[in-house]
Amino acid sequence: MIDLQNLILLDWSRALFALTAMCHWIFIALTLGLSWLLAFFETFYVKTGSGVWKRITRFWMMLFGISFTSSLATGIIFRFQLGTNWSNFAFMAGDIIGVPLAAEIIFGLFLMAAFYAVMFFGWERVSKKTHLFATWIVALGSSLSAFWIIVANAWMQHPVGMAFNPDKARFEMQNFSEILLSPVAISKFAHAASSSFQVAALFVLAVSSWYLLKGRHQDFAKKSILVASVFGLLSSVFTGFTGNVAAFANARNQPMKLAVIQGLYDGEESAGLVLAGILNPDKFPGDSKSPFLHKVRIPGLLSLLANRESGLFVPGINDLVFGNSKYKIMGAERKIEQGKIALELLSQYKTAQKEKNGTRTKMALANFKNYEKYMGYGYLDKAEDCVPPVGLTFYSYHVMVVLGLLIPIIFLFFLYHTYKDTIFRKKWLLRFGLVSVFLGYIASLAGWIVAEVGRQPWVIQNILPVSVARSNLTTGTVQLSFFLFLFLFTVLFIATIRIMLKQIHIGPETPRIE
Amino acid sequence: MFDSFTLSQLQELWWLIVSLIGSLFIFMTFVQGGQSLLSYVARNELEKSLVINSLGRKWMLTFSTLVLFGSSLFAVFPLFYATSFGGAYWAWITILISFVLQAVSFEFRQKQGNLLGARTYEFFLFINGIFGVFLFGIAVATFFSGSSFQLDDYGQVLWQHPMQGLEALLSFFNVALALFLVFLSRTLGALYLLSNIDFRLDLVKDMEKRLRKAVTTNLTASIPFLLYFMVTLATGEGFAISSETGEVFMEKGKYLHNILAMPGILAMLGAGLLLVFWGAAKARQPATTCGIWFSGLGSTLVLLGLFLTAGLNNTAFYPSSFDLNSSLTIYNASSSRYTLTTMGYIALGMPVVLACVALFWHKMDREKISTGEVSDFTAKEIY
Repeated sequence: MIDLQNLILLDWSRALFALTAMCHWIFIALTLGLSWLLAFFETFYVKTGSGVWKRITRFWMMLFGISFTSSLATGIIFRFQLGTNWSNFAFMAGDIIGVPLAAEIIFGLFLMAAFYAVMFFGWERVSKKTHLFATWIVALGSSLSAFWIIVANAWMQHPVGMAFNPDKARFEMQNFSEILLSPVAISKFAHAASSSFQVAALFVLAVSSWYLLKGRHQDFAKKSILVASVFGLLSSVFTGFTGNVAAFANARNQPMKLAVIQGLYDGEESAGLVLAGILNPDKFPGDSKSPFLHKVRIPGLLSLLANRESGLFVPGINDLVFGNSKYKIMGAERKIEQGKIALELLSQYKTAQKEKNGTRTKMALANFKNYEKYMGYGYLDKAEDCVPPVGLTFYSYHVMVVLGLLIPIIFLFFLYHTYKDTIFRKKWLLRFGLVSVFLGYIASLAGWIVAEVGRQPWVIQNILPVSVARSNLTTGTVQLSFFLFLFLFTVLFIATIRIMLKQIHIGPETPRIE
Repeated sequence: MFDSFTLSQLQELWWLIVSLIGSLFIFMTFVQGGQSLLSYVARNELEKSLVINSLGRKWMLTFSTLVLFGSSLFAVFPLFYATSFGGAYWAWITILISFVLQAVSFEFRQKQGNLLGARTYEFFLFINGIFGVFLFGIAVATFFSGSSFQLDDYGQVLWQHPMQGLEALLSFFNVALALFLVFLSRTLGALYLLSNIDFRLDLVKDMEKRLRKAVTTNLTASIPFLLYFMVTLATGEGFAISSETGEVFMEKGKYLHNILAMPGILAMLGAGLLLVFWGAAKARQPATTCGIWFSGLGSTLVLLGLFLTAGLNNTAFYPSSFDLNSSLTIYNASSSRYTLTTMGYIALGMPVVLACVALFWHKMDREKISTGEVSDFTAKEIY
């Protein structure tokens, strides 16, 4: 079913999507978080009338503008790549995910586009309050935009509110509110948005730390740090909480992902949580080798986190691949068998329809319905294909968690020393603050790797594998596109970073123009 | 409200809505038109700054309208989205890249450390100004001339031409519509700049003259292409759907029949063209700057008329010239009834958002952009 040519094409398609998504997230995470910080800064300006807050707002707004532009540039490619490179997915799931993606433009991008101009060019054209309103709407618009996108992504992780229509050979929406208010969507949005708030807060800390180390714009930097630290700290706590909720949702909806991020091959009752570990690179599903070379584990904690109850069974990779009769887990092998029958029956149904043979059509459809649940598995060759890359997912998850624990401590230190007015003397902290933005980005990108790589081989969990979702393009076409966008995004990235660095070097406006 | 509509009514309503969005995008291409006129109308840095800052406050709305057009098509006609984007791959990739270049150029052009220099970003604006509109026009023209694809029983597209969409450039019919839209966008761009820039200072009087001239020359240049396109459209064959069998077949004069069968569309096309010319004629009157509203409304009506001609009255809106029965119609390419209904409720938010856009557009444009405003180089918000 999956030949080498397909694999190579598939890998290039995946690489292209990963490239676009990563570049987009780098800019969008900063944009999303900065938009709220701008709203806070400007609120302080309007409340106090202080010129310092106005300078702070205008400076960060200028950096926001650069990041926002680059996020739009990468975003248009990201969005339309669903059609250009994943056209079969676009067709099969368009009836469902097209809706949140269209809503995102109406309630997110359009609002931002209208109010962005007011926010940037309206300082002298509209009243203070109207300007503040525009800034708040841009912040709200950016979060609404993220919400709708994540509703679509959450549906891909946990497809609800839909049914397969064999006549059209596609999935169709049955219940919009179930999709919109899916607990996975809500927790995923809260987790992703709050992690982007941390990235932006760390960005503000990094730039402000540089000013303090250089002895420039000290009042400006201190005030920026104060607001960013509070915002970052609250966001960190929220990210931790929502991460826990998301992990619980994974346990219920994506047990394979949970098993992989824990390197859990054989399921256990009272399963332990692996805090850190080195995976055995020679370990494969079904063999008897040890999964770890080294590991640190807290007994029983995984069961508790996954089930909200201690002692319960957490399935491992082997249970999900080969089945476990004791715990009534059907293995992927059985599901593949049933899936292949479903695909054959669908084909028979289509043929009978063409031949206008009513009896055979009805019979094929009735039989298909019995096997429909596992249709997606029918596209897989072997049971092991349903295991995502263990190493990448496991390490990304642990990097995310470690950094997720470290980041709030950074905010706490900055907050404490700014409050005590000792931040100027803490050179070590300021130097650490300089690099902390990279830690935020690594944590955030690692989180997305866990979400997306951990879902493999599915584009829609258990329903549609990526091998079927791609467009019918040649490998050369996708390769050429990859290198074209690699070049384009590299130039865009370098230009964006250079401009930002230059603007940071120049610094905020001098007080004379206030 | 939408629950009482039949499926075909919803499909027709949604074709009307996406057509309206696509037509509004053409109106909004005054930004692209202005970009492509930059080197002609702006002869010094001050003039250039005026033009770029005037357009720079609207580019994101045009960009958003294009994305809304694509996203609405995805939501309500997903088979079209998958077929066209996945098949006419290089055509869409080229269009998208031109809009990536636009997105960064306004913001980066004047910024220190911008890597490529201001001239490069101005060149990018020109590229987007010409090719963004041109290629979009080519894509719209294929609604009438057809594309070379086949769909299998599972809705998967098999594109039949190795150029994957760029082969549409080889048809003069397609090129004629594309060139008409390029010249129309330049006409609209000149009209918009006339309305948005304060020309009271002698310093910029020459630019005003060049803009008024650009309106006339570009509209005049567009006429032969429009005539060729319309005559070929009216006299050529079109992709009709048999009302009995549902099969697609070629019908001589199909699009003329459509226009005559739907007098509303005929009125739209007629009134639209009149308004385009009326707006342009306004530019010949000294001190008159409101032409953009007439020509803008006119171009929206013309394009709306064309989109409706392509999709209504039993017509395949995305025809396959390779396999007639793979052609897409608003009936076989649409989303389910439930989704169309849901989208109907979501779309109710559009008028509210558009009202906000209009209100704040009005607030921002109450005062025209002046030389003083763009000369304040201490302001970091200046493009």
